[in-house]
Amino acid sequence: MKLYLLIPFLPLAAFVINILLGKEVLRDKAHWPSVLAVVGSFIVTITSVLPQAMAGKVINEDLYTWMLSGTFNVTVGFLIDPLTAVMLVVVTTCASLIHIYSVGYMHGDKGYYRFFAYLSLFTFFMLMLVMGNNFMQLYFGWEGVGLCSYFLIGYYLNKKSAADAGKKAFIVNRFGDFGFGIGVFMIFLTFGTLHYVPVFANAAGIAGQTVNFLGWNVDLPTLIALLLFCGAIGKSAQIPLHVWLPDAMEGPTPVSALIHAATMVTAGIFMVARCNPIFNLSEVAMNTVAIVGAATSLFAATIAITQNDIKRIIAYSTCSHLGLMFLACGVGAYAAGIFHLYTHAFFKALLFLAAGSVIHAVHTNDIQEMGGLKKYMPITYAVFVIAALSAAGIPGFSGFFSKDEIIWSAYASHSSVGKLVWLMATAVAFLTPFYTFRLIFLTFHGKYRGGHHEESHGHGAHHKEHHFHESPKIMTIPLILLAVGAVAAGWVGIPPILGGGAHFAKFLEPVLGHPEFHGTHAEEFGVMGLSTTIALIGIALAAFFYLKRTDLPKKLAEKFIGIYKISYNKYYIDELYDFTIVKPTMWIADKVLVAITDAKIIEGVVNGVPGAIGKFSEKLRKIQTGLAQHYGIFMAAGAFFTIALVLLLQ
Amino acid sequence: MVPLSWYMVLSMVVFAIGVFGFLSRKNVIIMFISIELMLNAVNINLISLSHYLQDMRGQILAFFVIAVAAAEAVIGLAIIIALFRNKATVHVDEVKEMQG
Repeated sequence: MKLYLLIPFLPLAAFVINILLGKEVLRDKAHWPSVLAVVGSFIVTITSVLPQAMAGKVINEDLYTWMLSGTFNVTVGFLIDPLTAVMLVVVTTCASLIHIYSVGYMHGDKGYYRFFAYLSLFTFFMLMLVMGNNFMQLYFGWEGVGLCSYFLIGYYLNKKSAADAGKKAFIVNRFGDFGFGIGVFMIFLTFGTLHYVPVFANAAGIAGQTVNFLGWNVDLPTLIALLLFCGAIGKSAQIPLHVWLPDAMEGPTPVSALIHAATMVTAGIFMVARCNPIFNLSEVAMNTVAIVGAATSLFAATIAITQNDIKRIIAYSTCSHLGLMFLACGVGAYAAGIFHLYTHAFFKALLFLAAGSVIHAVHTNDIQEMGGLKKYMPITYAVFVIAALSAAGIPGFSGFFSKDEIIWSAYASHSSVGKLVWLMATAVAFLTPFYTFRLIFLTFHGKYRGGHHEESHGHGAHHKEHHFHESPKIMTIPLILLAVGAVAAGWVGIPPILGGGAHFAKFLEPVLGHPEFHGTHAEEFGVMGLSTTIALIGIALAAFFYLKRTDLPKKLAEKFIGIYKISYNKYYIDELYDFTIVKPTMWIADKVLVAITDAKIIEGVVNGVPGAIGKFSEKLRKIQTGLAQHYGIFMAAGAFFTIALVLLLQ
Repeated sequence: MVPLSWYMVLSMVVFAIGVFGFLSRKNVIIMFISIELMLNAVNINLISLSHYLQDMRGQILAFFVIAVAAAEAVIGLAIIIALFRNKATVHVDEVKEMQG
């Protein structure tokens, strides 16, 4: 019995129990199997897997032959190295706390068992994704988490917008996964195996090789890396496939926290980091990763500053942070990217869960309808501020260490691309605190602005306001635990310059290597000081706009109406896709596939063949007159001709 | 001595009359008589050839034909009576329920 097998298979067992018994037997106790399973996974991770990984022991075992066809041999196998251990800690910790939180958040919901069943199934797929030792298992987990994401975004299945958002997420991910799938094929064609270890060991051998792809001679490592990165773009919501993530907020908030902040969307970064021996071979691919990441980061941050939906703001923030992680991978600082993934999981899950706590209380997502919630929800407020400070990169909080690491890596890579993305990351370091604190000030400070609808029905806004209450303990305790993570998780990676040991990067070094950076201590302090200063300016500016001069944002929006509109409407990307892809597709479906292929060709064949047979038999049956003499004539004529034929042929 | 060909021609003429009668008359009794003519044309043929070839098997077969014709006449007349009782007609063109 291998203990680590419990990690993925406990949640799978919980899924089976819940999907079979949840509806009729467990009902409002459906959370028990799921919560116990994921906490079990967490305990195994912390007590068994993590200490082994810390001791430098790498497990790489094939347990079962999955597919065998000639030289194509795929196994179910597990690789547990430092990178997997970090991912396991992130996934099981966040999943455990979010499962517990969900018990309170989803209490009394009609599909309670279904929610927990899918959450367990998701956890299983995510763990298989990070623990696999080959690309096929990565792909299996990759598609599995996408499927569960679809189930859970569309969890409120009677709501059309939720069903549409689920479809959108699934279909947009198809585009990325198509490239990813081809990338996996290319790896098999090139290396003859899908196992990580031989592939990465032989990766250096393909440097400089070219391959004919669709008629062009392209560099083999670049091609493979870019195809793999396609999948990461889709899964981790980067430009141009980022459009599904904000819509995915239609799902229940714990789902947004677990799937669309802490775990699934980070699978792309995990994959890029895992495949670092391939990415390292191609400068083009690395620069693409860095620029796409930096562009998404800046782009999403500029959208977030004007949005009014509390969850969408956080979703754009997630996009932005994922972009930062890709930026780090793109400049070769994979460890910094994974470090940010790790700290981000805590503070972003916390932001989402705290937002869920707010939504639970006020029953709206619109921050313009909130305000002054500080005194009713002190715990939520406190953890929200902690998460925001961490996200903003304020020194001392975990987000600071990882974000600073990324910005410094970009600066210290000393390439033109590195300098460019450093500038973009610095801009993001200014925007992140601004929109995060705008969110806080509008939600928790000032006066309550909601309740307009109630007034017209004879209830005063004050009357409603008194009903706000803090969320139950089952929700606030996970919040507090995550807040501890949001503050302290980053302390494992304090850089040497601040007196730390950078243990995190050292732990990952066997897998991710060590980037070649050049920079003096003075430069490093300068970069750090700059990003911290502008983060503080961002917070101060948000405070000035949304606490002191609350009339200013509106005036500015009116003055720069063009820019405001572009940001508010998310650069019209959705409209652009609607116009260039959705509409033409629908047109082809409607006018070609339905009107011609279906109505004319398919129905023509399907109805035409029996129609022709019918018409022919209509003629043929006229022969049967029912008159005995006609039959007699046929018989006589038949006999005559038969005899004549026999005689003539003799 | 009457030559064989005369018998053969007689047989052929009788058979042709039978066929013509069967195909041209609507009255089912006439049609029935036409069938008897055809059968007897065959009998003439069988017996004349039996005599010519000095082989008794032809005559034996003629007896069989006569016996079968008798049985067939019994059944055929019974059907005609049943038809007449039900339809009050013996004309075949008025009985065509089996048409397509």
